[in-house]
Amino acid sequence: MSDTVGKPIDRVDGRLKVTGGAKYSAEFDIKNMLYGVAVTSNVTKGRIKNINTSIAEKSPGVVGVMTYKNSMQLHSPSSSDPGGGKFAEKDLMPLQNDRIFYDGQIIAVVMAETFEQAEHAATLVKVDYQTEDPIFDLEKNIEKAYKPASASTGSETQVSRGNADDALKTASLKVEQTYTTPVYHHNAMEPHATIALWQGETVMFYDSTQSVAGTKSLMSSMLGVPKEKVRVISYFIGGGFGSKGFSWPNTVLTAMAAKLVNRPVKLVLSRQQMFTTAGRRSQTIQKVSLGADQSGKLSAIKHDNTVESSFVDEFVETAGVATSMIYSSPNVDVSHKLVRLNKVTPCPMRAPGEAPGMYALEVAMDELAYQSKIDPVQLRLVNYAEEEEQKHKKFSSKYLRDCYQKGADLIGWSKRNQQPASMKEGKYLVGYGMATATYPANRSASSAKAVLFADGHAEIMCATQDIGTGTYTIMTQTAADALGLPIEKVIVKLGDSEFPKGANSGGSQVTASVGPAIRAASLGAISKLVTMAVADPKSPLHGQKEVDVTSQNGRIFLAAKPDQGESYTQILSRNNLQKIEAQAITKVSTRQQTEANPAAGGTPEKEIEDESKTNQAVQLDEKLDRKPFSFHSFGAHFVKVLVDPDLGTVRVDKAVAVMDIGTVMNEKTAKNQIMGGMIFGIGMALMEETNYDPNRGRPVTKDLANYLVPVNADMPDFQVEFINKADNIISPIGARGIGEIGITGITAAVNNAIYHATGKRIRELPVTPDKLL
Amino acid sequence: MEPFKLVRAQNNAAAIAAATSKETKFIAGGTNIIDLMKLYIETPKQLVDITSLNLKQVETQQDGSVKIGALVKNSDLAYHPIITKNYPFLSEALLSGASAQLRNMASVGGNLLQRPRCYYFYDTAFPCNKREPGSGCSALTGFNRNHAVLGTTENCIATHPSDMCVPMAALGATIQVEGAKGTRNIPFDEFYIIPEKIPQYETILKPGELITAVILPHLPFAAKSHYLKVRDRASYEFALTSAAVALDISNGKINASRIALGGVATKPWRSAAAEKVLNGAAANAQTYRAAAEAAMAGAKPHKYNAFKIELAKRTIVRALEAVGGMV
Repeated sequence: MSDTVGKPIDRVDGRLKVTGGAKYSAEFDIKNMLYGVAVTSNVTKGRIKNINTSIAEKSPGVVGVMTYKNSMQLHSPSSSDPGGGKFAEKDLMPLQNDRIFYDGQIIAVVMAETFEQAEHAATLVKVDYQTEDPIFDLEKNIEKAYKPASASTGSETQVSRGNADDALKTASLKVEQTYTTPVYHHNAMEPHATIALWQGETVMFYDSTQSVAGTKSLMSSMLGVPKEKVRVISYFIGGGFGSKGFSWPNTVLTAMAAKLVNRPVKLVLSRQQMFTTAGRRSQTIQKVSLGADQSGKLSAIKHDNTVESSFVDEFVETAGVATSMIYSSPNVDVSHKLVRLNKVTPCPMRAPGEAPGMYALEVAMDELAYQSKIDPVQLRLVNYAEEEEQKHKKFSSKYLRDCYQKGADLIGWSKRNQQPASMKEGKYLVGYGMATATYPANRSASSAKAVLFADGHAEIMCATQDIGTGTYTIMTQTAADALGLPIEKVIVKLGDSEFPKGANSGGSQVTASVGPAIRAASLGAISKLVTMAVADPKSPLHGQKEVDVTSQNGRIFLAAKPDQGESYTQILSRNNLQKIEAQAITKVSTRQQTEANPAAGGTPEKEIEDESKTNQAVQLDEKLDRKPFSFHSFGAHFVKVLVDPDLGTVRVDKAVAVMDIGTVMNEKTAKNQIMGGMIFGIGMALMEETNYDPNRGRPVTKDLANYLVPVNADMPDFQVEFINKADNIISPIGARGIGEIGITGITAAVNNAIYHATGKRIRELPVTPDKLL
Repeated sequence: MEPFKLVRAQNNAAAIAAATSKETKFIAGGTNIIDLMKLYIETPKQLVDITSLNLKQVETQQDGSVKIGALVKNSDLAYHPIITKNYPFLSEALLSGASAQLRNMASVGGNLLQRPRCYYFYDTAFPCNKREPGSGCSALTGFNRNHAVLGTTENCIATHPSDMCVPMAALGATIQVEGAKGTRNIPFDEFYIIPEKIPQYETILKPGELITAVILPHLPFAAKSHYLKVRDRASYEFALTSAAVALDISNGKINASRIALGGVATKPWRSAAAEKVLNGAAANAQTYRAAAEAAMAGAKPHKYNAFKIELAKRTIVRALEAVGGMV
């Protein structure tokens, strides 16, 4: 084994990206391709009485206009569509009827020779509606809330132990507060984009997706085309943050449009359309009740969430998902209620559940700290969960105490005076705040193929994808180590559904799922070489036992006698082989509830033959009994804020995160990931919010000028550190995924720091200047 | 966007001749008109590219005033030594607007004519008197957090978005306009109108009239001035409230003052009432607060923007304190 995992190497695709060489889905130039532009509804609820396309059809360059009247009939996807694919709005198959469920719903697609022609013609489609009274305001419709049986993310929606209500009655210290978060939109830089190309009965997609395998499977179901005749390519993705985990109408509509006009079609959503047709995060109203004794020890945690979904699908933002596992308490009660609204269906968005949920819980913990006059860090240590108390399981590994300690040291927590509004720098009030971060460590079934070539290079293939997180890079490192090759000799190929199926890029699972599969395939290929060598009279390893042979630096050799061996290329050339390859499937899943979880798990792949199980190291991974364990990552955020008391403006001055994520695969991409999550969370704390028109429920802040995310000028001095201790239970690689944990807790840390600075507790996000006047 | 014809003018006369119809618009940096055209808010049949015109100088005139060509880029103006030395609040205002990329493209004339950023004006799915006079104002009962509290009418409550215009209003700049009938000089305050009878227009500029320059008066005390902008994020965001302030102080007494507000009004809002309070008064916190109260006296809140009234007052006070403390 070589030693590249952990090194802060540059992104292997960095050069391609900065030179424009990385081709994103909309950038493929297909011969004879038309440009599609979606037309969206201008009412919130009702039916299309009449849709007149004749003017649009006569507009220059227009080749066709697709509405519910002339579109192909779709097949319903099954709710457990294999492969992690899910259609986001199962009761709203696009362009299948005249019904309108929300403002901005796609009701037609115009196809023209140029983008400009299609865009103009889209404005010429005239629609008459029969409107109905919509409901779109969560607060005003709270009485319509019901308890959903389950959540499509696989998380439980109603969890309890002991009796929280009784314990709250007798608790000497109590916090009972309501916290709210608004609707958010993912706003990936790359919009949802698809090119669909039919060749006879075969359909090919270039699609910006977090799951090429899932989209393939879903498109096969919806279009009624056999799976082997669907191919999905997504080599580069400009961010998804969950919005490209489920499929939205744009993907299937592109194929329908291409079929209708019998030409390839490209369809890219506009930024405004992304606000009404491609998911969002649900608004949340969270009531948190904490009961504790004078020492701060929790006797009860209650977390009642009211969230919303659409009329076309049930998605639950499980804001209480971490509440039952993060602290020790004998009595816990977590509930979720849902109200259906005339808005586009919500979907997973970076740390679905934890991002809003840990905000509320960790602000409540801060309130308890001030009430009990206990240092917020100390309060968390008093309530430290030594095991996962809900399921009575050990954590696979947990170094959260170290995170608190290191984070406190780095921010200078000891300088903090707990008295609110007591610290100043010039005209600014200074505040320090902290919060805990956590996210499940998901691992699901994955497969991969490794090919060793006679010229000394290797290729890895896996139908997972890199959504901008660094998957290409860390998988190159993983493969290089397993193959005993330098990273320059390893090419990782992802983003093509023709490859062996890998995990979808959701639920922070790719590293822990795909990494072991790539390792297994790589080790499987080496094992094949060893088998060949020991049987080959011309090999210096002839007649040796396979278990005595190891590999490193492109050679296999006797572990006890490193000189006795030969290079991979020698074996292959002597046997006149261009290459040797192995496929592997690792079926380990850390999720108990559901295997076919679209957000956080794949379905075991049954299509390929595994060729890695002869390798002992691979066997060990598969056979390890993981039932006694619960898998989570942890971390601590510490921030310092400066608040202008007159103008209400908040600047995050310093943000420290210390993360326990198992082995760090690549320090550079890992810091990048955590920092990205922190920026997201700072945005949630201070500015991010989708505003709707109160009279008709149509979003009004729907471009990047009006939907505020932090800009460079808002950035604090970041410091991201890792505990970097391997989690040997989750996988032999020791790493847990980190796509989401960075955002969890940081919003609360900022909020808590604002309270410390000002003495004002703002429970309604975002904390904009008006709320601090 | 609506198909349109693009013509390029080589001189002022040709530009004016090409633009006599209402359906023609000038284009310089294009940082606003292109967006508006993409969204079908503006649907001109013809664009006249004026970027070749000779309107790119910043020069001090004989009377000490400064003439700024309409095509001077926002960035160039912000960093021009005459401006940074004699009118620092104008430089600050320019640099607080948009992003570096936009400032590098945007012209002074275009900035003067930028249109409101009201959400409802920007979405053709909503009624809007500015887009379709008589259709109604959706912002009145809608989400109006970033809307105006001064100079509003039942027709429109959209905020004038410019930062640059705020110190220009404070200075009492003059806008030089050339048309088929010759040249006219329009006082800044008269150039902009509040949305009364013709909410579709923000200015009195007529079709075919070309802004050629902005003239800043010779005002030595403007060398002690400040532009303060409060917003929801640190950059690339319009003002919730802003104040452009210049003070002439000697021996603790305010001899003369200039004050204008941004983010709170339907036009760049010079406050004569505040200046009246300031002029002749002692330069202290009470005076500043009294000026702020006077400036916002007629303010009318809507459902989501009432906070702007107090925030604007505090913005004014902070800006006055900053200038009052300048040595």
